[in-house]
Amino acid sequence: MLELQNVWKSYRVGSLGSKRLTAVRDVSFSIAPGEVLSVVGESGSGKTTIGKMVLQLISVSRGSIRLNGQDITAARHGERKEYYRRVQGVFQDPFSSYNPIFKADRVLETVRESFFPGVKRAEWSDKVDQALLSVGLDPTAVLRKYPHQLSGGQLQRMLIARALLLDIELLVADEIISMLDASTRIDVLNLLGDLKERGLGVLFVTHDLSLANYISERVIIMRHGAVVEMGATGKVFGDPRHPYSRNLLASVPQLHRKWSEDPVDLEDLEPDGDRDVAPPALREVDEGHWVAA
Amino acid sequence: MALQVEDLRVHYRTLRGDVRALDGVTFGLEDGEIMGLAGESGCGKTTLGKSLIRLDGRMRHVGGTAVLDGEELPIGDDRAMNARRFTDVSIIPQYSMSAMNPTRKIGKLTADLLRAKGKSFREVRPELVRRLELVGLSEKVLDNYPIELSGGMKQRMVMVLSTLLDPSLLIADEVTSALDVSNQKAVAETLVRFRDLGFVKSMIVVTHDLSLVYQIADTIMIMYAGQVVEKAPADTIINSPQHPYTQALIGALPEVGLEYGDKRLKSIPGKPPQLLNPPTGCRFRERCPLAHERCTEDPPAVAIADDHVASCWKVAN
Repeated sequence: MLELQNVWKSYRVGSLGSKRLTAVRDVSFSIAPGEVLSVVGESGSGKTTIGKMVLQLISVSRGSIRLNGQDITAARHGERKEYYRRVQGVFQDPFSSYNPIFKADRVLETVRESFFPGVKRAEWSDKVDQALLSVGLDPTAVLRKYPHQLSGGQLQRMLIARALLLDIELLVADEIISMLDASTRIDVLNLLGDLKERGLGVLFVTHDLSLANYISERVIIMRHGAVVEMGATGKVFGDPRHPYSRNLLASVPQLHRKWSEDPVDLEDLEPDGDRDVAPPALREVDEGHWVAA
Repeated sequence: MALQVEDLRVHYRTLRGDVRALDGVTFGLEDGEIMGLAGESGCGKTTLGKSLIRLDGRMRHVGGTAVLDGEELPIGDDRAMNARRFTDVSIIPQYSMSAMNPTRKIGKLTADLLRAKGKSFREVRPELVRRLELVGLSEKVLDNYPIELSGGMKQRMVMVLSTLLDPSLLIADEVTSALDVSNQKAVAETLVRFRDLGFVKSMIVVTHDLSLVYQIADTIMIMYAGQVVEKAPADTIINSPQHPYTQALIGALPEVGLEYGDKRLKSIPGKPPQLLNPPTGCRFRERCPLAHERCTEDPPAVAIADDHVASCWKVAN
């Protein structure tokens, strides 16, 4: 469905854009319908940049992104709106995603205004109710409330409901649960599982490996803007082949296993070098399991 | 016992009345104990940490005591507390990345801090340098401005500064939440090392990340809506929690190795009560699967074992 091919992104930084920072280097992957693909990595690894490029919030420096075979990077403004009918994003901070002086359900109304101007109000409110119910929210409990009256989990699910009002095929979920409490984050996570069972593709950007492990079939581990390992979740987390992946997994705090019980010495990694040269090529070590050399 | 907190009550003043952020908190901390303090946002964990060192303008000490090393902490009295801060009680604040004065070099800033406590920078300097080396910083950072250090370095610098005068109690408030996985591990392990080397006697690690605090804490205390629900050794809290809230909280944590297809985790329905006019009785009642009529009365703190306390009627029976 969605396909990234040799995508590069460099930002201009410094005074008057005098320096260049290459944030994403030669990344290629694809997402199929009904699949959750996780992108994990530390801050600065380029995972959020990928999400933004897929959402067309920033341009692609090199390479192409295709949705159902159509190159979206070349799309003009008018065509982009059609694209947003099919691809939507939800971001980290639910509290700042809403305008605090408007009632929260206004985000749902604006969808009607800009995408379905012909739909009648009554018909639309049925659609809204359905969308809210499908994300596990009770319409009477959340409609006509201000953002501060709702919990983070409710707000986040409402944003997903908003995306569902459009006939989306792909949802970009960028750290959508890292600001939520342990008791409510799992609702949002299970909702993503629900969506994938309904045939939606999800690009799940996170720094939390346990979340990625829980929800996704395939995972991509990124470092310094390039992919270091990618493959089925079970294979990557069960048998990590790249030293960076091993370090990452050894550092993750886990319940029922203490660091002190089996201390692991972290392996030495290559430092961040010239980001403009192509990253090491990926090698297939197992079926669908790729590792950077 | 290093710290004994009895029935501590701290309220926030708002226009609509007092928000009871801490409503009768009682617990003890042994010498050398690292206690993890966990709970949902708004449960009062940060307020508890702050109360032990400095109440901000909106906070009011309503009742209860905190005794540190046999001497009562003058919680409500900002001036009297000043004598105890940094020397007896110290804190690594939530946003320690921006905790240092950006306009002063780190060495100058440290000297200022020490002078305020009547200590000479020159005398403390060798020890400071030794500790900087311990966390992998060179002496040169003292001539740097905070902005010249990376996030992880700033975090380590603040850790060394906070513990420089060997406080008896250290409060570490969400010290790892802004860091990457590998830095998280390093910082967490440094906290343990500081305790082992005697830089601090005991520690309260405030966090929302139970799996992280489990790695380093001796005991874990769980708070809910301004009250303590359970305190026990870390292994007991994780492997055999007794309070229904603790059980639900731990049941909602995903782990590496657990997949959506195999086992569906369950969330806790509902949300915590408002603390402006909190309900009487057990505050978890509304969300609790085991609630019964007795729960409208305040639950007793039941000692299940010597070091294991839970406040619940189910546990009492």
